[in-house]
Amino acid sequence: MIRVVLPAHLRTLAQVSGEVTLAVEGPVTQKSVLDALESRYPVLSGTIRDHATQKRRPFVRFFACEEDLSHDSPDAPLPAAVASGAEPLLIVGAIAGGQL
Amino acid sequence: MSKVRLLVGTRKGAFVLTADGKRDKWDVSGPYFGGWEIYHMKGSPVDPNRLYASQSTSWFGQLIQRSNDGGQTWEPMDNKFIYDGVPGTHQWYDGTPHPWEFKRVWHLEPSLTDANTVYAGIEDAALFRSTDGAKSWQEMPGLRAHGSGPRWQPGAGGLCLHTIILDPSDPKRIFIAVSAAGAFRTDDGGQTWLPINQGLRSAQIPEPTAEVGHCVHHVAMHPAQPQRLFMQKHWDVMRSDNAGDSWQEVSGNLPTDFGFAIDVHAHEPETIYVVPIKSDSEHYPLEGKLRVYRSRTGGNEWEALTKGLPQRDCYVNVYRDAMAVDSLDSCGIYFGTTGGQVYASADAGDNWTPIVRDLPAVLSVEVQTLA
Repeated sequence: MIRVVLPAHLRTLAQVSGEVTLAVEGPVTQKSVLDALESRYPVLSGTIRDHATQKRRPFVRFFACEEDLSHDSPDAPLPAAVASGAEPLLIVGAIAGGQL
Repeated sequence: MSKVRLLVGTRKGAFVLTADGKRDKWDVSGPYFGGWEIYHMKGSPVDPNRLYASQSTSWFGQLIQRSNDGGQTWEPMDNKFIYDGVPGTHQWYDGTPHPWEFKRVWHLEPSLTDANTVYAGIEDAALFRSTDGAKSWQEMPGLRAHGSGPRWQPGAGGLCLHTIILDPSDPKRIFIAVSAAGAFRTDDGGQTWLPINQGLRSAQIPEPTAEVGHCVHHVAMHPAQPQRLFMQKHWDVMRSDNAGDSWQEVSGNLPTDFGFAIDVHAHEPETIYVVPIKSDSEHYPLEGKLRVYRSRTGGNEWEALTKGLPQRDCYVNVYRDAMAVDSLDSCGIYFGTTGGQVYASADAGDNWTPIVRDLPAVLSVEVQTLA
């Protein structure tokens, strides 16, 4: 199972606490994990990646295994430790986000 | 006994303020959606417990919330605002073509006749409609298909469609306004749109009397006089007596005619309210005095309303959707400020009292008059 840590606002929105665990079929990539996440929690659609472009929203970042994966291809394999469930994929609201 | 319910959208959440018809004691509930910007909330005239709210942040984008119990509980609805067809381009600030990109919902306008139909004005400017209670949204593409679309340019706050007025006498007539394109009207239910900016003069644009390009801040209409519109333009307060076909300036003796909010008394179609703001770079009242100006003559002759409002050291702004009127016999007027105050007058503006003083910056205020 893939482990995902959501930022607090999205945990509230999805009505979950703590980590989310997801079953992902096939290659474990940003895209496949987000597809599974949005399938389980449709309310999160559009909050992490743009509805129209499917690109990561500018003030959302992806981290795992102490690495910033935000600029990796959505189709690139995530680290093996994420694919095995040893480490979570962290979805983080950037500190730079927000106007006021 | 009648009661009123204020729907207050702020920079960091939503608040619901309620009082009985006396409007002297208020209950405050919230924040709802804490930490999110609530650009606008509005209730259905058909079912007052049906509320719609626009919730967004720059982190996580846009959500639409719906309540069926007057704001006690909320349910997230569809948040997909996908432009119809190939979006094309509008002008960017530097005059270069820029693709139309959805950013947020500025205004939600529930239908006058169907609780499940609601209109959304968005940035980059377009008009969307839901006919299933916000479970899905479709663009009304006739507006952007107007030939002027590629020439629309954003105002300082973005290219936003911020005003939607439904004509109670004609279900096919809708008025909208866009910063900084101007005002538009449809007479065929949104199929085609007409720019209604004749008479506007904006010295800041290359062609001051252009068909489009005016920074209209807000438009108000009295439901009993749907041909008569009042407009707070970037600078200038304007009036139309022919549904926007032509406009005349009615700034009259206002100390400054820059501002954002404008509204009409519930029972007196010629009584209007504005909050003059010093200038487009200094978004605060003149002389540190927060004054609402009222005209009982449909413009030109204005009186300052100051009782209960701070008359020194006040440097707040009042945004375009942050003023509302109730429809009780003694008309109540409400407005919220960027300083987090919400002021109420239960006597048409003669006397003011702060309901709350310390909310986050207020983005919008709507009021419901409940039986």
